Amino acid sequence: MSDKRFKIAHREAIIGVILVIINFSIWFGFAYGMGSGDPLSYTYVFGFPAWFFYSCIAGTIFMVILIVFVIKFLFTDVPFDDEEGDQS
Amino acid sequence: MMHWQVIIPLAIFLIIIFSIGIWANRHVMQSNSFLQEYFLGGREMGGFLLAMTMMATYGSAGSFIGGPGVAYNTGLGWVLLAMAQLPAGYFVLMILGKKFAIIARKYQAITLIDFLRERYQSKTVVIVSAISIIAFLFASMAAQWIGGARLIESLTGLSYSSALFIFAGAVLIYVIIGGFRAVALTDAVQGSVMVIGTIILLVATVIAGGGISNIMSDLVAENPNLVSPYGADRSLTPLYVSTFWILIGIGVIGLPQIAVRAMSYKNSKGMHSAIIIGTVALATVMFGMHLIGVLARPVLPGVEIGDKVMPLLTLKVLPPFLAGIVLAAPMAAIMSTVNALLILVSSTVVKDIYLNYIKPTATDAQIKKASFYVTTIIGIAVVLVALRPPDLLVWLNLFAFGGLESVFLWPVVFGLYWKTGNKYGAISSMIIGISSYIIIDQKMPNVFGMHTVTLPITLSLITFIVVSLATKHKVKTNTSII
Repeated sequence: MSDKRFKIAHREAIIGVILVIINFSIWFGFAYGMGSGDPLSYTYVFGFPAWFFYSCIAGTIFMVILIVFVIKFLFTDVPFDDEEGDQS
Repeated sequence: MMHWQVIIPLAIFLIIIFSIGIWANRHVMQSNSFLQEYFLGGREMGGFLLAMTMMATYGSAGSFIGGPGVAYNTGLGWVLLAMAQLPAGYFVLMILGKKFAIIARKYQAITLIDFLRERYQSKTVVIVSAISIIAFLFASMAAQWIGGARLIESLTGLSYSSALFIFAGAVLIYVIIGGFRAVALTDAVQGSVMVIGTIILLVATVIAGGGISNIMSDLVAENPNLVSPYGADRSLTPLYVSTFWILIGIGVIGLPQIAVRAMSYKNSKGMHSAIIIGTVALATVMFGMHLIGVLARPVLPGVEIGDKVMPLLTLKVLPPFLAGIVLAAPMAAIMSTVNALLILVSSTVVKDIYLNYIKPTATDAQIKKASFYVTTIIGIAVVLVALRPPDLLVWLNLFAFGGLESVFLWPVVFGLYWKTGNKYGAISSMIIGISSYIIIDQKMPNVFGMHTVTLPITLSLITFIVVSLATKHKVKTNTSII
Protein backbone atom coordinates (compact mmCIF):
# COMPACT_ATOMS: atom_id res chain seq x y z
CA MET A 1 0.00 0.00 0.00
CA SER A 2 1.23 3.44 -0.66
CA ASP A 3 0.17 6.49 1.23
CA LYS A 4 -1.35 9.16 -1.02
CA ARG A 5 0.28 11.84 1.07
CA PHE A 6 3.69 10.54 0.03
CA LYS A 7 3.08 11.55 -3.54
CA ILE A 8 2.72 15.14 -2.36
CA ALA A 9 5.75 14.80 -0.11
CA HIS A 10 7.88 13.46 -2.96
CA ARG A 11 6.83 16.22 -5.30
CA GLU A 12 7.69 18.83 -2.69
CA ALA A 13 11.07 17.26 -2.01
CA ILE A 14 11.85 17.52 -5.74
CA ILE A 15 10.79 21.17 -5.67
CA GLY A 16 13.25 21.61 -2.80
CA VAL A 17 16.06 20.15 -4.88
CA ILE A 18 15.20 22.41 -7.82
CA LEU A 19 15.16 25.47 -5.54
CA VAL A 20 18.53 24.61 -4.09
CA ILE A 21 20.01 24.26 -7.58
CA ILE A 22 18.60 27.67 -8.59
CA ASN A 23 19.94 29.10 -5.33
CA PHE A 24 23.41 27.72 -5.98
CA SER A 25 23.50 28.92 -9.60
CA ILE A 26 22.61 32.49 -8.70
CA TRP A 27 24.93 32.62 -5.73
CA PHE A 28 27.91 31.02 -7.40
CA GLY A 29 27.31 32.35 -10.91
CA PHE A 30 27.15 36.03 -10.01
CA ALA A 31 29.99 35.81 -7.50
CA TYR A 32 32.58 34.28 -9.77
CA GLY A 33 30.99 35.35 -13.06
CA MET A 34 31.16 39.05 -12.22
CA GLY A 35 33.79 39.05 -9.50
CA SER A 36 36.72 37.29 -11.12
CA GLY A 37 38.19 40.36 -12.80
CA ASP A 38 40.54 42.89 -11.21
CA PRO A 39 38.90 44.20 -8.01
CA LEU A 40 40.04 47.72 -8.92
CA SER A 41 37.83 47.74 -12.01
CA TYR A 42 34.62 46.53 -10.31
CA THR A 43 31.38 48.34 -10.92
CA TYR A 44 29.29 49.19 -7.86
CA VAL A 45 25.56 48.94 -7.15
CA PHE A 46 24.21 50.81 -4.11
CA GLY A 47 27.74 51.05 -2.82
CA PHE A 48 28.43 47.31 -3.01
CA PRO A 49 30.58 45.63 -5.67
CA ALA A 50 28.18 44.44 -8.38
CA TRP A 51 29.05 40.73 -7.93
CA PHE A 52 28.27 40.98 -4.23
CA PHE A 53 25.08 42.89 -4.74
CA TYR A 54 23.66 40.40 -7.25
CA SER A 55 24.97 37.23 -5.64
CA CYS A 56 24.38 37.91 -1.94
CA ILE A 57 21.73 40.63 -1.76
CA ALA A 58 19.52 40.54 -4.87
CA GLY A 59 19.98 36.76 -5.13
CA THR A 60 18.85 36.24 -1.57
CA ILE A 61 15.82 38.49 -1.97
CA PHE A 62 14.94 36.68 -5.19
CA MET A 63 15.17 33.31 -3.40
CA VAL A 64 12.88 34.49 -0.62
CA ILE A 65 10.30 35.69 -3.15
CA LEU A 66 10.59 32.43 -5.07
CA ILE A 67 10.14 30.41 -1.87
CA VAL A 68 7.05 32.40 -0.87
CA PHE A 69 5.63 31.80 -4.34
CA VAL A 70 6.40 28.08 -4.24
CA ILE A 71 4.89 27.64 -0.79
CA LYS A 72 1.74 29.56 -1.67
CA PHE A 73 1.05 27.93 -5.02
CA LEU A 74 2.79 24.57 -5.14
CA PHE A 75 2.76 23.21 -1.60
CA THR A 76 -0.30 21.33 -0.38
CA ASP A 77 -1.65 20.99 3.12
CA VAL A 78 -1.84 17.41 4.33
CA PRO A 79 -2.98 15.95 7.66
CA PHE A 80 -0.27 14.22 9.67
CA ASP A 81 -2.25 12.04 12.04
CA ASP A 82 -3.81 9.02 10.40
CA GLU A 83 -5.39 6.21 12.39
CA GLU A 84 -5.33 7.50 15.94
CA GLY A 85 -6.56 10.99 16.52
CA ASP A 86 -4.95 11.67 19.86
CA GLN A 87 -5.10 15.40 20.28
CA SER A 88 -4.05 16.18 23.79
CA MET B 1 35.84 46.75 33.86
CA MET B 2 32.11 46.62 34.46
CA HIS B 3 29.63 48.16 32.07
CA TRP B 4 26.50 48.26 34.18
CA GLN B 5 24.29 49.65 31.46
CA VAL B 6 25.39 46.79 29.27
CA ILE B 7 24.84 44.18 31.94
CA ILE B 8 21.28 45.20 32.82
CA PRO B 9 19.70 44.24 29.46
CA LEU B 10 21.68 41.01 29.58
CA ALA B 11 20.34 40.23 33.04
CA ILE B 12 16.76 41.01 31.98
CA PHE B 13 17.24 38.69 29.03
CA LEU B 14 18.37 35.87 31.35
CA ILE B 15 15.38 36.40 33.63
CA ILE B 16 12.92 36.16 30.73
CA ILE B 17 14.54 32.97 29.49
CA PHE B 18 14.39 31.58 32.98
CA SER B 19 10.70 32.26 33.46
CA ILE B 20 9.91 30.49 30.21
CA GLY B 21 11.60 27.39 31.59
CA ILE B 22 9.45 27.49 34.70
CA TRP B 23 6.31 28.00 32.64
CA ALA B 24 7.19 25.07 30.36
CA ASN B 25 7.75 22.88 33.40
CA ARG B 26 4.01 23.01 34.12
CA HIS B 27 3.37 21.32 30.78
CA VAL B 28 5.99 18.69 31.50
CA MET B 29 4.41 17.91 34.85
CA GLN B 30 0.86 17.73 33.49
CA SER B 31 1.54 15.85 30.26
CA ASN B 32 0.16 12.35 29.94
CA SER B 33 2.88 11.33 27.52
CA PHE B 34 6.05 12.36 29.25
CA LEU B 35 8.58 11.25 26.64
CA GLN B 36 6.86 12.97 23.75
CA GLU B 37 6.38 16.13 25.82
CA TYR B 38 9.86 16.30 27.31
CA PHE B 39 11.83 15.45 24.19
CA LEU B 40 9.55 16.80 21.45
CA GLY B 41 7.39 19.40 23.17
CA GLY B 42 4.31 17.29 22.41
CA ARG B 43 4.75 17.85 18.64
CA GLU B 44 2.91 21.10 19.00
CA MET B 45 5.17 23.65 17.41
CA GLY B 46 3.61 26.14 15.06
CA GLY B 47 5.27 28.00 12.22
CA PHE B 48 7.00 30.81 14.06
CA LEU B 49 8.36 28.56 16.80
CA LEU B 50 9.59 25.99 14.31
CA ALA B 51 11.30 28.63 12.18
CA MET B 52 12.98 30.27 15.15
CA THR B 53 14.13 27.08 16.79
CA MET B 54 15.63 25.85 13.51
CA MET B 55 17.40 29.13 12.93
CA ALA B 56 18.55 29.59 16.51
CA THR B 57 19.80 26.03 16.84
CA TYR B 58 21.70 26.41 13.62
CA GLY B 59 23.12 29.85 14.38
CA SER B 60 25.76 29.42 17.07
CA ALA B 61 28.77 31.12 18.59
CA GLY B 62 30.33 30.76 15.14
CA SER B 63 27.75 32.98 13.49
CA PHE B 64 28.05 35.83 16.01
CA ILE B 65 31.60 35.71 17.30
CA GLY B 66 33.84 33.55 15.15
CA GLY B 67 32.28 34.32 11.75
CA PRO B 68 32.42 38.12 11.92
CA GLY B 69 36.02 37.81 13.12
CA VAL B 70 37.01 35.80 10.05
CA ALA B 71 35.04 38.16 7.81
CA TYR B 72 36.99 41.06 9.32
CA ASN B 73 40.20 39.52 8.06
CA THR B 74 38.92 37.99 4.83
CA GLY B 75 36.53 40.55 3.41
CA LEU B 76 33.37 40.15 1.34
CA GLY B 77 34.47 36.69 0.19
CA TRP B 78 33.60 35.41 3.64
CA VAL B 79 30.12 36.90 3.47
CA LEU B 80 29.69 35.06 0.19
CA LEU B 81 30.73 31.84 1.90
CA ALA B 82 28.36 32.51 4.78
CA MET B 83 25.46 32.92 2.39
CA ALA B 84 25.91 29.28 1.41
CA GLN B 85 23.90 28.70 4.57
CA LEU B 86 20.73 30.08 3.06
CA PRO B 87 19.40 26.63 2.02
CA ALA B 88 19.48 25.55 5.68
CA GLY B 89 16.38 27.73 6.05
CA TYR B 90 14.23 25.89 3.52
CA PHE B 91 15.99 22.84 2.18
CA VAL B 92 15.86 20.72 5.35
CA LEU B 93 12.15 21.25 5.83
CA MET B 94 11.40 20.67 2.18
CA ILE B 95 13.42 17.47 1.90
CA LEU B 96 12.65 15.86 5.25
CA GLY B 97 9.42 17.77 5.34
CA LYS B 98 6.10 16.05 5.25
CA LYS B 99 7.43 12.59 4.69
CA PHE B 100 9.49 12.64 7.86
CA ALA B 101 6.63 14.12 9.85
CA ILE B 102 4.20 11.45 8.65
CA ILE B 103 6.57 8.52 9.11
CA ALA B 104 7.77 9.72 12.49
CA ARG B 105 4.16 9.70 13.64
CA LYS B 106 3.56 6.24 12.17
CA TYR B 107 6.60 4.88 13.95
CA GLN B 108 5.80 7.00 17.00
CA ALA B 109 9.40 8.12 16.83
CA ILE B 110 10.61 10.56 19.46
CA THR B 111 14.23 10.78 18.32
CA LEU B 112 16.03 10.62 15.01
CA ILE B 113 17.45 7.28 16.12
CA ASP B 114 13.94 5.93 16.73
CA PHE B 115 13.28 6.53 13.09
CA LEU B 116 16.51 4.88 11.96
CA ARG B 117 15.91 1.89 14.26
CA GLU B 118 12.42 1.28 12.92
CA ARG B 119 13.45 1.87 9.35
CA TYR B 120 16.54 -0.33 9.29
CA GLN B 121 15.65 -2.79 12.07
CA SER B 122 19.24 -2.93 13.21
CA LYS B 123 20.90 -2.65 16.58
CA THR B 124 24.21 -1.70 14.98
CA VAL B 125 22.65 1.32 13.30
CA VAL B 126 21.30 2.43 16.67
CA ILE B 127 24.60 2.01 18.44
CA VAL B 128 26.74 3.72 15.80
CA SER B 129 24.24 6.59 15.67
CA ALA B 130 24.05 6.93 19.43
CA ILE B 131 27.81 6.96 19.83
CA SER B 132 28.24 9.60 17.13
CA ILE B 133 25.55 11.81 18.60
CA ILE B 134 26.85 11.56 22.14
CA ALA B 135 30.53 12.03 21.28
CA PHE B 136 30.23 14.82 18.71
CA LEU B 137 27.47 16.77 20.33
CA PHE B 138 28.96 16.53 23.79
CA ALA B 139 32.08 18.09 22.36
CA SER B 140 30.30 20.84 20.46
CA MET B 141 28.21 21.61 23.49
CA ALA B 142 31.34 22.09 25.57
CA ALA B 143 32.84 24.28 22.85
CA GLN B 144 29.75 26.51 22.79
CA TRP B 145 29.85 26.71 26.54
CA ILE B 146 33.45 27.81 26.50
CA GLY B 147 32.50 30.51 23.98
CA GLY B 148 29.63 31.69 26.15
CA ALA B 149 31.76 31.87 29.27
CA ARG B 150 34.51 33.77 27.44
CA LEU B 151 31.94 36.28 26.20
CA ILE B 152 30.55 36.90 29.69
CA GLU B 153 34.09 37.06 31.03
CA SER B 154 35.03 39.79 28.56
CA LEU B 155 31.85 41.79 29.10
CA THR B 156 31.60 41.68 32.86
CA GLY B 157 35.14 41.20 34.05
CA LEU B 158 34.16 38.09 36.01
CA SER B 159 36.63 35.21 36.08
CA TYR B 160 36.28 32.50 33.43
CA SER B 161 35.03 29.90 35.88
CA SER B 162 32.40 32.10 37.53
CA ALA B 163 31.24 33.24 34.08
CA LEU B 164 30.96 29.60 33.09
CA PHE B 165 28.91 28.73 36.16
CA ILE B 166 26.47 31.63 35.66
CA PHE B 167 26.01 30.84 32.01
CA ALA B 168 25.78 27.08 32.37
CA GLY B 169 23.62 27.31 35.47
CA ALA B 170 21.06 29.44 33.67
CA VAL B 171 20.84 27.16 30.66
CA LEU B 172 20.90 23.93 32.63
CA ILE B 173 18.06 24.78 34.92
CA TYR B 174 15.56 25.76 32.27
CA VAL B 175 16.41 22.84 30.03
CA ILE B 176 16.23 20.30 32.83
CA ILE B 177 12.91 21.44 34.18
CA GLY B 178 11.27 22.51 30.94
CA GLY B 179 12.46 19.98 28.37
CA PHE B 180 12.01 20.52 24.64
CA ARG B 181 9.12 22.92 25.08
CA ALA B 182 11.33 25.26 27.09
CA VAL B 183 14.07 24.84 24.52
CA ALA B 184 11.76 25.74 21.62
CA LEU B 185 10.09 28.64 23.41
CA THR B 186 13.35 30.15 24.58
CA ASP B 187 14.69 29.62 21.06
CA ALA B 188 11.88 31.83 19.81
CA VAL B 189 12.95 34.62 22.16
CA GLN B 190 16.61 34.02 21.48
CA GLY B 191 16.07 33.86 17.73
CA SER B 192 14.20 37.17 17.79
CA VAL B 193 16.99 38.73 19.85
CA MET B 194 19.47 37.46 17.27
CA VAL B 195 17.58 39.02 14.37
CA ILE B 196 16.95 42.34 16.12
CA GLY B 197 20.51 42.56 17.44
CA THR B 198 21.90 41.94 13.96
CA ILE B 199 19.81 44.68 12.38
CA ILE B 200 20.67 47.26 15.06
CA LEU B 201 24.37 46.56 14.83
CA LEU B 202 24.39 46.54 11.03
CA VAL B 203 22.71 49.93 10.80
CA ALA B 204 24.94 51.43 13.48
CA THR B 205 28.09 50.12 11.81
CA VAL B 206 27.13 51.50 8.39
CA ILE B 207 26.48 54.90 9.98
CA ALA B 208 29.73 54.81 11.95
CA GLY B 209 31.64 54.01 8.75
CA GLY B 210 30.10 56.93 6.85
CA GLY B 211 27.96 54.85 4.48
CA ILE B 212 28.56 51.76 2.37
CA SER B 213 30.40 53.50 -0.48
CA ASN B 214 32.75 55.13 1.95
CA ILE B 215 33.50 51.85 3.72
CA MET B 216 34.04 50.03 0.43
CA SER B 217 36.56 52.58 -0.80
CA ASP B 218 38.40 52.34 2.53
CA LEU B 219 38.57 48.59 2.04
CA VAL B 220 39.79 48.89 -1.56
CA ALA B 221 42.41 51.38 -0.44
CA GLU B 222 43.72 48.90 2.10
CA ASN B 223 43.60 45.74 -0.03
CA PRO B 224 41.40 45.47 -3.15
CA ASN B 225 40.99 41.72 -2.58
CA LEU B 226 38.90 42.50 0.50
CA VAL B 227 36.02 43.30 -1.84
CA SER B 228 36.60 40.34 -4.17
CA PRO B 229 34.96 36.93 -3.81
CA TYR B 230 38.42 35.39 -3.40
CA GLY B 231 39.17 36.84 0.01
CA ALA B 232 42.06 39.01 1.23
CA ASP B 233 44.73 36.41 0.44
CA ARG B 234 42.85 35.01 -2.59
CA SER B 235 42.49 31.61 -0.92
CA LEU B 236 38.75 31.23 -1.57
CA THR B 237 38.86 29.49 -4.91
CA PRO B 238 35.64 28.72 -6.81
CA LEU B 239 36.19 24.99 -6.21
CA TYR B 240 36.66 25.40 -2.48
CA VAL B 241 33.69 27.72 -2.16
CA SER B 242 31.40 25.45 -4.16
CA THR B 243 32.36 22.32 -2.21
CA PHE B 244 32.05 24.23 1.05
CA TRP B 245 28.48 24.71 -0.01
CA ILE B 246 27.95 20.95 0.35
CA LEU B 247 28.97 21.08 3.99
CA ILE B 248 26.73 23.89 5.06
CA GLY B 249 24.18 24.19 2.30
CA ILE B 250 22.82 20.73 1.86
CA GLY B 251 24.65 18.58 4.41
CA VAL B 252 22.61 20.24 7.15
CA ILE B 253 19.95 17.58 6.60
CA GLY B 254 22.36 15.19 8.28
CA LEU B 255 22.58 17.16 11.53
CA PRO B 256 20.46 15.34 14.14
CA GLN B 257 19.75 18.50 16.14
CA ILE B 258 18.19 20.02 13.01
CA ALA B 259 16.53 16.85 11.71
CA VAL B 260 14.74 16.18 15.00
CA ARG B 261 13.00 19.53 14.63
CA ALA B 262 11.55 18.36 11.35
CA MET B 263 9.41 15.89 13.30
CA SER B 264 8.34 18.17 16.10
CA TYR B 265 5.87 20.47 14.37
CA LYS B 266 2.13 20.40 14.59
CA ASN B 267 0.82 20.50 11.05
CA SER B 268 1.75 21.22 7.48
CA LYS B 269 0.56 24.83 7.71
CA GLY B 270 3.12 25.42 10.44
CA MET B 271 5.81 23.88 8.31
CA HIS B 272 4.91 26.08 5.34
CA SER B 273 5.14 29.32 7.25
CA ALA B 274 8.26 28.08 9.06
CA ILE B 275 10.04 27.71 5.72
CA ILE B 276 9.37 31.35 4.86
CA ILE B 277 10.03 32.85 8.29
CA GLY B 278 13.08 30.64 8.84
CA THR B 279 14.67 31.56 5.53
CA VAL B 280 14.18 35.27 6.11
CA ALA B 281 15.50 35.10 9.68
CA LEU B 282 18.48 32.97 8.74
CA ALA B 283 19.32 35.20 5.78
CA THR B 284 19.16 38.32 7.97
CA VAL B 285 21.41 36.91 10.66
CA MET B 286 23.99 35.22 8.43
CA PHE B 287 24.21 38.06 5.94
CA GLY B 288 24.06 40.78 8.58
CA MET B 289 26.58 39.41 11.06
CA HIS B 290 29.19 38.51 8.47
CA LEU B 291 28.81 41.78 6.59
CA ILE B 292 29.17 43.57 9.92
CA GLY B 293 32.52 41.83 10.34
CA VAL B 294 33.74 43.23 7.00
CA LEU B 295 32.36 46.73 7.60
CA ALA B 296 34.03 46.76 11.02
CA ARG B 297 37.46 46.81 9.43
CA PRO B 298 37.61 50.53 8.58
CA VAL B 299 35.43 51.47 11.58
CA LEU B 300 37.58 49.65 14.10
CA PRO B 301 40.98 48.97 12.56
CA GLY B 302 43.71 46.84 14.09
CA VAL B 303 41.76 44.26 16.10
CA GLU B 304 44.16 41.36 16.45
CA ILE B 305 41.92 38.62 17.85
CA GLY B 306 39.06 37.89 15.46
CA ASP B 307 36.69 36.79 18.24
CA LYS B 308 36.84 40.23 19.80
CA VAL B 309 35.69 42.14 16.70
CA MET B 310 31.97 41.79 17.38
CA PRO B 311 31.95 42.69 21.12
CA LEU B 312 34.41 45.57 20.67
CA LEU B 313 32.55 46.95 17.68
CA THR B 314 29.25 46.84 19.54
CA LEU B 315 30.66 48.75 22.50
CA LYS B 316 32.19 51.30 20.14
CA VAL B 317 29.32 52.10 17.78
CA LEU B 318 26.32 51.78 20.11
CA PRO B 319 25.21 53.58 23.28
CA PRO B 320 25.59 51.24 26.32
CA PHE B 321 21.97 50.22 26.68
CA LEU B 322 21.60 49.26 22.99
CA ALA B 323 24.96 47.52 23.21
CA GLY B 324 23.54 45.36 25.97
CA ILE B 325 20.65 44.31 23.73
CA VAL B 326 22.94 43.56 20.82
CA LEU B 327 25.36 41.63 23.00
CA ALA B 328 22.47 39.50 24.18
CA ALA B 329 22.37 38.19 20.60
CA PRO B 330 25.55 36.10 20.71
CA MET B 331 24.54 34.87 24.16
CA ALA B 332 21.18 33.91 22.72
CA ALA B 333 22.88 32.16 19.82
CA ILE B 334 25.08 30.16 22.14
CA MET B 335 22.29 29.28 24.57
CA SER B 336 19.90 28.23 21.85
CA THR B 337 22.48 25.91 20.35
CA VAL B 338 23.54 24.44 23.67
CA ASN B 339 20.01 23.82 24.89
CA ALA B 340 19.14 21.93 21.70
CA LEU B 341 22.23 19.78 21.97
CA LEU B 342 21.66 19.06 25.65
CA ILE B 343 18.11 17.85 25.18
CA LEU B 344 19.16 15.82 22.14
CA VAL B 345 22.04 14.06 23.89
CA SER B 346 19.77 13.40 26.85
CA SER B 347 17.06 11.93 24.60
CA THR B 348 19.67 9.69 22.99
CA VAL B 349 20.75 8.33 26.35
CA VAL B 350 17.27 7.97 27.82
CA LYS B 351 15.19 6.90 24.83
CA ASP B 352 17.67 5.20 22.54
CA ILE B 353 19.90 3.47 25.05
CA TYR B 354 18.15 3.19 28.43
CA LEU B 355 14.68 2.38 27.13
CA ASN B 356 15.80 0.23 24.22
CA TYR B 357 18.45 -1.87 25.82
CA ILE B 358 18.71 -1.33 29.56
CA LYS B 359 15.20 -1.14 30.88
CA PRO B 360 12.49 -1.54 28.25
CA THR B 361 9.86 -2.03 30.94
CA ALA B 362 10.46 1.27 32.75
CA THR B 363 7.32 2.95 34.08
CA ASP B 364 6.41 6.53 33.29
CA ALA B 365 7.61 7.65 36.70
CA GLN B 366 10.95 5.92 36.23
CA ILE B 367 11.36 7.44 32.78
CA LYS B 368 10.61 10.86 34.18
CA LYS B 369 13.18 10.46 36.91
CA ALA B 370 15.76 9.05 34.50
CA SER B 371 15.23 11.95 32.09
CA PHE B 372 15.77 14.61 34.76
CA TYR B 373 18.81 12.80 36.12
CA VAL B 374 20.41 12.14 32.75
CA THR B 375 19.91 15.72 31.57
CA THR B 376 21.38 17.03 34.82
CA ILE B 377 24.37 14.70 34.79
CA ILE B 378 25.22 15.40 31.17
CA GLY B 379 24.86 19.12 31.75
CA ILE B 380 27.14 19.09 34.76
CA ALA B 381 29.65 16.85 33.02
CA VAL B 382 29.87 19.32 30.14
CA VAL B 383 30.50 22.17 32.56
CA LEU B 384 33.28 20.28 34.32
CA VAL B 385 34.87 19.41 30.99
CA ALA B 386 34.57 23.02 29.83
CA LEU B 387 36.51 24.19 32.89
CA ARG B 388 39.61 22.49 31.53
CA PRO B 389 38.90 21.26 28.02
CA PRO B 390 40.94 18.15 27.19
CA ASP B 391 42.58 17.86 23.75
CA LEU B 392 40.24 15.06 22.73
CA LEU B 393 37.30 17.39 23.13
CA VAL B 394 38.80 20.15 21.05
CA TRP B 395 39.55 17.56 18.40
CA LEU B 396 36.06 16.04 18.44
CA ASN B 397 34.46 19.46 18.18
CA LEU B 398 36.40 20.22 15.02
CA PHE B 399 34.85 17.13 13.47
CA ALA B 400 31.39 17.51 14.89
CA PHE B 401 29.63 19.19 12.00
CA GLY B 402 31.19 17.24 9.16
CA GLY B 403 31.31 14.04 11.19
CA LEU B 404 27.59 14.03 11.92
CA GLU B 405 26.79 14.87 8.33
CA SER B 406 28.93 12.03 7.01
CA VAL B 407 27.22 9.62 9.41
CA PHE B 408 23.58 10.64 9.09
CA LEU B 409 22.98 12.35 5.75
CA TRP B 410 22.47 9.29 3.53
CA PRO B 411 20.88 6.92 6.05
CA VAL B 412 18.25 9.59 6.73
CA VAL B 413 17.65 10.66 3.13
CA PHE B 414 17.63 7.15 1.66
CA GLY B 415 15.74 5.88 4.67
CA LEU B 416 12.92 8.17 3.64
CA TYR B 417 13.06 7.97 -0.12
CA TRP B 418 14.67 4.73 -1.26
CA LYS B 419 12.99 1.44 -0.49
CA THR B 420 15.93 -0.71 -1.48
CA GLY B 421 18.19 1.05 1.00
CA ASN B 422 18.82 -1.40 3.86
CA LYS B 423 20.71 -1.79 7.10
CA TYR B 424 23.88 -3.10 5.46
CA GLY B 425 24.00 -0.02 3.27
CA ALA B 426 23.32 2.24 6.23
CA ILE B 427 25.92 0.70 8.53
CA SER B 428 28.69 0.60 5.95
CA SER B 429 27.97 4.13 4.76
CA MET B 430 28.03 5.44 8.33
CA ILE B 431 31.34 3.78 9.04
CA ILE B 432 32.94 4.74 5.73
CA GLY B 433 31.62 8.29 6.11
CA ILE B 434 33.05 8.95 9.52
CA SER B 435 36.35 7.12 9.09
CA SER B 436 37.13 8.65 5.71
CA TYR B 437 36.26 12.04 7.14
CA ILE B 438 38.74 11.68 9.99
CA ILE B 439 41.46 10.22 7.77
CA ILE B 440 41.10 12.89 5.10
CA ASP B 441 41.06 15.63 7.67
CA GLN B 442 44.23 14.32 9.28
CA LYS B 443 46.20 13.31 6.19
CA MET B 444 45.18 15.61 3.40
CA PRO B 445 42.77 18.41 4.29
CA ASN B 446 41.46 20.21 1.20
CA VAL B 447 42.24 17.36 -1.19
CA PHE B 448 42.42 18.77 -4.72
CA GLY B 449 41.41 22.12 -3.24
CA MET B 450 38.00 20.87 -2.12
CA HIS B 451 36.51 21.20 1.32
CA THR B 452 37.30 18.24 3.60
CA VAL B 453 33.72 17.09 3.86
CA THR B 454 33.20 16.61 0.11
CA LEU B 455 34.90 13.25 -0.33
CA PRO B 456 33.48 11.54 2.79
CA ILE B 457 29.95 12.52 1.79
CA THR B 458 30.54 11.23 -1.74
CA LEU B 459 32.14 8.02 -0.47
CA SER B 460 29.34 7.31 1.98
CA LEU B 461 26.81 7.95 -0.79
CA ILE B 462 28.48 5.42 -3.10
CA THR B 463 28.88 2.93 -0.26
CA PHE B 464 25.24 3.18 0.71
CA ILE B 465 24.01 2.55 -2.83
CA VAL B 466 26.46 -0.21 -3.74
CA VAL B 467 26.09 -2.16 -0.50
CA SER B 468 22.30 -1.85 -0.45
CA LEU B 469 22.05 -3.15 -4.00
CA ALA B 470 24.53 -5.96 -3.34
CA THR B 471 22.65 -7.16 -0.25
CA LYS B 472 19.20 -6.62 -1.70
CA HIS B 473 18.31 -10.34 -1.52
CA LYS B 474 19.37 -10.60 2.14
CA VAL B 475 16.73 -8.27 3.49
CA LYS B 476 13.08 -8.91 2.85
CA THR B 477 11.38 -5.66 2.13
CA ASN B 478 9.20 -4.86 5.08
CA THR B 479 9.40 -1.24 4.14
CA SER B 480 5.94 -0.84 2.67
CA ILE B 481 5.62 2.03 5.11
CA ILE B 482 7.82 4.30 3.05
